Amino acid sequence: MQSISEKKLIRKVIFASSVGTLIEWYDFYIFGSLAPIIASQFFPKTNPTAALLSTLATFAAGFIVRPFGALVFGRLGDKVGRKYTFLLTLILMGGSTFAIGLIPGYEKIGFLAPMLVLLLRLIQGLALGGEYGGAATYVAEHAPTNRRGYFTSWIQTTATLGLLLSLGIILITRKSLATDPSDSIRVFEDWGWRIPFWFSVVLVGMSIYIRLKMHESPMFTKLKAEGKTSVNPIKESLMHKANLKMVLLALFGATMGQGVVWYTGQFYAQTFMENTIKIDFEQTRTILICAIVVATPLFIFFGNLSDKIGRKWIIMVGLLSAVVLYRPIYHQMINVASVTDSQVDNSKTHIDRVLKPNTGNGYSLQNTTTFTVYENGITEKKIHVDTLYSSGVEKPQLVDKVSKQLPTDRYWMMVALIFLQILFVTMSYGPIAAFLVELFPTKIRYTSMSLPYHLGNGVFGGLTPFIAVLLGTMYTGDLLVGLWYPIIIAGFCLLIGSLYLSNKTDNNVND
Amino acid sequence: MILGAGTYGMLVKTAITQISLKPTTDTIVQWSIFVIIFLPITIGFLIFGWLAFKGAYDHLPSSSDEIV
Repeated sequence: MQSISEKKLIRKVIFASSVGTLIEWYDFYIFGSLAPIIASQFFPKTNPTAALLSTLATFAAGFIVRPFGALVFGRLGDKVGRKYTFLLTLILMGGSTFAIGLIPGYEKIGFLAPMLVLLLRLIQGLALGGEYGGAATYVAEHAPTNRRGYFTSWIQTTATLGLLLSLGIILITRKSLATDPSDSIRVFEDWGWRIPFWFSVVLVGMSIYIRLKMHESPMFTKLKAEGKTSVNPIKESLMHKANLKMVLLALFGATMGQGVVWYTGQFYAQTFMENTIKIDFEQTRTILICAIVVATPLFIFFGNLSDKIGRKWIIMVGLLSAVVLYRPIYHQMINVASVTDSQVDNSKTHIDRVLKPNTGNGYSLQNTTTFTVYENGITEKKIHVDTLYSSGVEKPQLVDKVSKQLPTDRYWMMVALIFLQILFVTMSYGPIAAFLVELFPTKIRYTSMSLPYHLGNGVFGGLTPFIAVLLGTMYTGDLLVGLWYPIIIAGFCLLIGSLYLSNKTDNNVND
Repeated sequence: MILGAGTYGMLVKTAITQISLKPTTDTIVQWSIFVIIFLPITIGFLIFGWLAFKGAYDHLPSSSDEIV
């Protein structure tokens, strides 16, 4: 039974750890959420796909360095302590996010711009690699034995809430920079995208203040007082066969599959809605926001459930559901946004033309927006910009921008389909912090649990949208071809985890 | 073990095919990243397969004393 002061302490520990981790995720995600704008600002505009891939590669670079961050900061956390290490990661993350918002575009400083963005992105990745393991370890080392799954599941909500916060801040900024919505979007794409990066400083400042007031983990303090901390945590984690065996099992039997399920549900789903089935920018974001809001409490539910029935099978059922249901879900997403079997409703279809006058360049721009309304309620919006020269010559733009607005019923069907994917995320991700903490001993816990987590999530998971898009460009006949990557990885992980993981909860993490 | 080596072999083969089809900087960078990143992971997978084959996972440690 916990005393009132113990309950207060654990609440403070969870709050301080969760807020900081949430902000780190926010910092990390705004870059991914603004990938197309960043591509246009920092990468040569020769080819839009190349620009997008360049950004995704930068995005991946952020993920690829995460395992190195896990090793560098994990070592520090196991030698110096949890508290100061995850304070350092927070400062690095906040500083690099703010700096990205200050870099002039490619047109002003040339290749220095993408180089600086890449460098800062790498620092973000390193910092994130050190943050999560510290927060999860810190909370778990304060939590009572039989409630470790429940308490660490609060840390598990932060990644999703960080995404939610980033989407919310981006949407609000995008809409509030001018009174006219289209002007506001134009300002946002010009320089307003920098605001969410600058906003990070406020959040990080608050979080540093909260974390400075926290004490070191009691288990680590005890270990340090007894002089039993590890001399070389990386060597002990990876060179000691018994521990390496557990690191590999954690990676191939749990985090590898959990990583691809997470990134499919929360990132590939967004890319698929926006680029493949052409749902409007704002609807894509609000659909994701609605699904996340409804699904987030389930992280806590499954974390709590794992204290009662064990961690293994909850994670495995999450993976199995993803393997079996991804293709039917995405097939249904295509159907929900499809207009192929629906007739055009001519009474509602209309065309808007806006002429932007000649400003001394010898030409004017004419924006033509065609709203085609279908009988199933979907509105398809096509925008194209024609150049009208003063000599009377008209040069039509070849590339149209197409987006669809879903009617209410289809909108909520899409929310339900995204919710299902996030449900699989909550099952596989909710209990995993407690699961990893219990696998490793205190003196090398930070290093040992961070490495498989960031290899699984950073490399396997982080590359999911990139590999899925790449598969789509290689095999253009199948819209769902990108799903084979998460399905195969999650399938292997399910097989390995089911065969080799133990469902037994380790009650003693003091050792 | 065989699966790990086979999958990595397929990855290298696909990388060579894709680079020869479109030898641009983007393609070379993308596929080189994949090949480099997945090399240590494949080695890890080979070790995992070897340990599993030798029965190292038949008994999982019940206490940290068995690990360090």
